[in-house]
Amino acid sequence: MTGPRVGVLALQGDVREHARVLAGLGADVVTVRRPEDLAGVDGLVLPGGESSVIDKLARAYGLRQPIRDAIASGLPVLGTCAGLILLADHVTGAIAGQETFGGLDITVRRNAFGSQAESFETDLDVPAFGGPPVHAAFIRAPLVERIGPGVRPLAVLPDGRIVAVQQGALLGTAFHPEVTGETRFHQRLLDAVATSTPVPGGAEGAPIPALTKLTP
Amino acid sequence: MSSTTGTDRVKRGLADMLKGGVIMDVVTPEQARIAEDAGAVAVMALERVPADIRAQGGVARMSDPDLIEAIIAEVSIPVMAKARIGHFVEAQVLQALKVDYIDESEVLSPADYVHHIDKWPFTVPFVCGATNLGEALRRINEGAAMIRSKGEAGTGDVSEATKHIRTITAEIRALTALSKDELYVAAKELQAPYDLVAEIAGTGRLPVVLFTAGGVATPADAAMMMQLGADGVFVGSGIFKSGEPAKRAAAIVKATTFYDDPTVIAEVSRGLGEAMVGISVADVPAPHRLAERGW
Repeated sequence: MTGPRVGVLALQGDVREHARVLAGLGADVVTVRRPEDLAGVDGLVLPGGESSVIDKLARAYGLRQPIRDAIASGLPVLGTCAGLILLADHVTGAIAGQETFGGLDITVRRNAFGSQAESFETDLDVPAFGGPPVHAAFIRAPLVERIGPGVRPLAVLPDGRIVAVQQGALLGTAFHPEVTGETRFHQRLLDAVATSTPVPGGAEGAPIPALTKLTP
Repeated sequence: MSSTTGTDRVKRGLADMLKGGVIMDVVTPEQARIAEDAGAVAVMALERVPADIRAQGGVARMSDPDLIEAIIAEVSIPVMAKARIGHFVEAQVLQALKVDYIDESEVLSPADYVHHIDKWPFTVPFVCGATNLGEALRRINEGAAMIRSKGEAGTGDVSEATKHIRTITAEIRALTALSKDELYVAAKELQAPYDLVAEIAGTGRLPVVLFTAGGVATPADAAMMMQLGADGVFVGSGIFKSGEPAKRAAAIVKATTFYDDPTVIAEVSRGLGEAMVGISVADVPAPHRLAERGW
């Protein structure tokens, strides 16, 4: 018996690290570079990388709308770092013309901590997991600046700033669980896959209500 | 709970996030803007691209801090900058300027013909060039968080890049076939630390990201490097020494992502205008070959 089929968006970024974690949890991992690669996928990971580059390539190769449609029809998605930015309805610090897939009712700030010299590792309590803290690597990381009423913060820094969120079947982290051996966010994605009811017709699912808005 | 900056994991991790991407040499903020808009994952800020360094000669040094800061201010993607081999004070300056990555580069004139920079004490990560596995492992042992095969910078001739990426990947494959008791001699022959050699024999890959550089000028060049096992591509003179830099830059980005799809590579290769003229590596006299710098 094979595990759930989980796609990793593979236009640019740390695809290999996500694929390794997912495979370790028993998922059947496929890389997604074309709209047809989304067929039969039960869940999706948007990896770390450069959000502006991934956005550009996703639009150039016709992936943006199919991914928006899949999110609207309830596909479970985990986004880390650049992936969190791509899941956000609003982004500050975006480059001119940058868009996102959207779905999470949040505002994310790109490069919120500054240059690479400010990249850091720390331990985070994630009450939803219980158990030991999450060891998190923040690499030129974004931050969640605002969350809508339906969004649940999963982790905050000691000063209260939000760095992981969940809204329905959508999960986002500002840090990279895939590079520290942390598997619980990916497991949570697989749990969401196990409990989600596929919407018949996929692409004809409910439209995403708010248009993506970006503030340069 | 405490947090720590400059760890090995965040240094190597930034390179992981650049995988599948193209890092472009830029000499002005305007070029940096073109590169970001075309889909570069990072830019390399420098005063002269390697083709001009080669043409003009003289001693090539770290760029003017004003130029580096202007480029950092222009773009949101990571900015790298070059220090001379062994010039640890240029590296200290680049760290103070808050560049995101330091390239200890053979493209500049070496400052030390014996030692490379001890890269471990720095908070900012380093990328270093290598022509073979032993050289790559010596750089990793000194603290490099990313390796790029050297190629021959500023030529537009991809043949040396091909040779170096093939050499590194073939030497890695060869290690994986050795028995445990053969690894001691392998380490001696590679002139590399035994622990790193044993690790690679087990994993079949470098412990850091491996990009390729030096002579990449077309989308097909970039795709070939990816098919040969590179994690990503540096393009130096190849973009802004060509007829239509913005178009060529975007095309190389697409060819790097869809490196195994000849239909895409054909599509993006159309109508790019003139490629950089370049010079054949065979016509570069040995003393002027940059790849031979590094020890």
